[in-house]
Amino acid sequence: MFDSVLKFKRPYSKEVLGMRVTNFLVIIAVLFSFTVMADAGTLENVKARGKLNCIVSSGLAGFASPDEKGNWQGFDVDFCRAVAAAVLGSGDKVKFVPTTNKTRFTQLNAGEGDILFRNTTETLSRDADLKLTFLPVNYYDGQGFLIRKSLGVTSATQLAGASVCIQTGTTTELNLADYFRANKMKYEPVNTETNEESIVAYESKRCDVYTTDASALASTRAALKKPSEHVILPEIISKEPLGGAVRHGDDRWADIGKWVVNALIIAEEMGITQKNIKELAKKPGNNPGMNRFLGTEGSMGEMLGLDKKWAVNAISAVGNYGEIFERHLGPKTPLALERGLNASWKAGGILYAAPIR
Amino acid sequence: MDWLFLDAAFTGGSRDECSAKAGGACWAVIGERLNLFTYGFYPAAERWRVNLSLVLLIFTLFPILFEKVPYRKYALHIAVAFPFVTAWLLVGGLGLTPVETDQFGGFMLTLVIGITGIGFSLPIGILLALGRQSKLPAIQIFSIGFIEFIRGVPLITLLFVASTMLNYFLPPGVTFDLLLRVLIMVTLFASAYMAEVIRGGLQAIPKGQFEAADSMGLHYWSAMRLIVLPQAMKISIPGIVNTFIGLYKDTTLVIIIGLLDPLGIGRASLADTKWTGLSTEVYLFVAIFFFISCFGMARYSQHLENKLETDHKR
Repeated sequence: MFDSVLKFKRPYSKEVLGMRVTNFLVIIAVLFSFTVMADAGTLENVKARGKLNCIVSSGLAGFASPDEKGNWQGFDVDFCRAVAAAVLGSGDKVKFVPTTNKTRFTQLNAGEGDILFRNTTETLSRDADLKLTFLPVNYYDGQGFLIRKSLGVTSATQLAGASVCIQTGTTTELNLADYFRANKMKYEPVNTETNEESIVAYESKRCDVYTTDASALASTRAALKKPSEHVILPEIISKEPLGGAVRHGDDRWADIGKWVVNALIIAEEMGITQKNIKELAKKPGNNPGMNRFLGTEGSMGEMLGLDKKWAVNAISAVGNYGEIFERHLGPKTPLALERGLNASWKAGGILYAAPIR
Repeated sequence: MDWLFLDAAFTGGSRDECSAKAGGACWAVIGERLNLFTYGFYPAAERWRVNLSLVLLIFTLFPILFEKVPYRKYALHIAVAFPFVTAWLLVGGLGLTPVETDQFGGFMLTLVIGITGIGFSLPIGILLALGRQSKLPAIQIFSIGFIEFIRGVPLITLLFVASTMLNYFLPPGVTFDLLLRVLIMVTLFASAYMAEVIRGGLQAIPKGQFEAADSMGLHYWSAMRLIVLPQAMKISIPGIVNTFIGLYKDTTLVIIIGLLDPLGIGRASLADTKWTGLSTEVYLFVAIFFFISCFGMARYSQHLENKLETDHKR
């Protein structure tokens, strides 16, 4: 087949060739002329677009999923809405970019999204190597154990000799080995590849215990045939701080994300809720801290490059941290997660946001 | 059977309501989310446009697929306008409210990608197949290079490149519609396979046919159009439909880049805390949809083969 190629000798005339090269160079030049146009900065881009592009999960129980009408709902989704409300004045001005585990960071770095709230653990390598800037932690997760009630186990320290379903190649696998060695217990690993596979193995009693992140365990438990027959043990054996993230290199935008998350946490500390915020924001009160928060005093919003009602808008859109938690993850939802570490520092948790002043 | 129908709950607002009613399948999750499965995130007020497009699709397809349709000749001419009219209807602009393509989803997304891919890959595939056999080296090298490159790379990689890498190469601020990128990639991918299928058909045509065409004084395009291609295409029908079906099913891969086709919508629905744990129902529903479409295509290809059957059976 290639014979005919080799035999072929008719060369292109020099003019034709020259023209082609010129055309090619022009195209390249046009492409580069675009690159010269400066990127105005994420805040300006979002304001000009009138919509926040927010990277979420393409479906994770309690954190992000579309409802019957196609509206996105969930814990992470509400953080997106809060940022949109703070920047653009309305929690509906968000375009959700659903991503998988694999694509989330590339999508963020490629500029498909302005900000990421996707059940993402903050780690050194992601911060430094993947060039992300992490926002304050909005959910303290950790590895837990799911077990049948009928076995009568109430603490992970009683798990000696148990068979444990574990996803291979994960940090949870390593954490598990560490934990059992530290407690001088033996266990029998039942290796699986994915969460779904683990659930099947657990349900068909191939293992006594299933271990992964506690929030995932809660959704797994809710998906079992009879959730009430299973229990999540109180021990959490690893640190999984989940938080939002933005690209490296735009500190102003990172500040905005950071302070919106802080504002949601602070609102709960101050007792500001979606219900009472309209009343509170009407006129300055006696509490200077609250006045600064509500924008009735000082110029906190202006410093961030936002409207002075930024925090009021965010709370009006989604409520404070406690309300978001209750709505999507709390005891009244099928996930039935306790606040635990995610309670405010005033209530025994470790949520501790820097002050707005 | 009991689980599927007799013992199943067809209505209800959540999985708990379902299991309170019956012990079998909970089809309410499909019923409640049928709109989401069909239209994705397409705005509710604009869904008539999707419906109208579907009606247009049926009116366009029938004259193309079947011979005994009245006024077929005119219908075929009008069919040329179909892609443009539908694109305008779905995307909007020029008097209609614009709808961003990332709002597309569900069955509608599958049909958009599938039909675009099928519609454009056939002509491009024919050109590539002819190009590969061309005596002009530039065209031949281009065709071979294109076909072998595309066939050497998995579709998922192409989609990944389309969704993320392209943005690194393009200057910041310049965006390229995500769905458009997907459509281009899927079409190119299918064209390469199509070209090889058709080349198989071309090679089965005896040399005498080419020579006969030449001796009639026909030039290249007429010879191809009147004599070679009709025969080659007939031979290739099973392979062509095979590629179509493969392409149609490959549309589910778009979930990797964050577009929610029926499978993606199904997964996302399972993540709704009201419906977690109903994976069997959801996956079964999606499977039935794909089976109906693919089986339909397969049956049509058999019908076509029988209709065009002119040789003696061996």
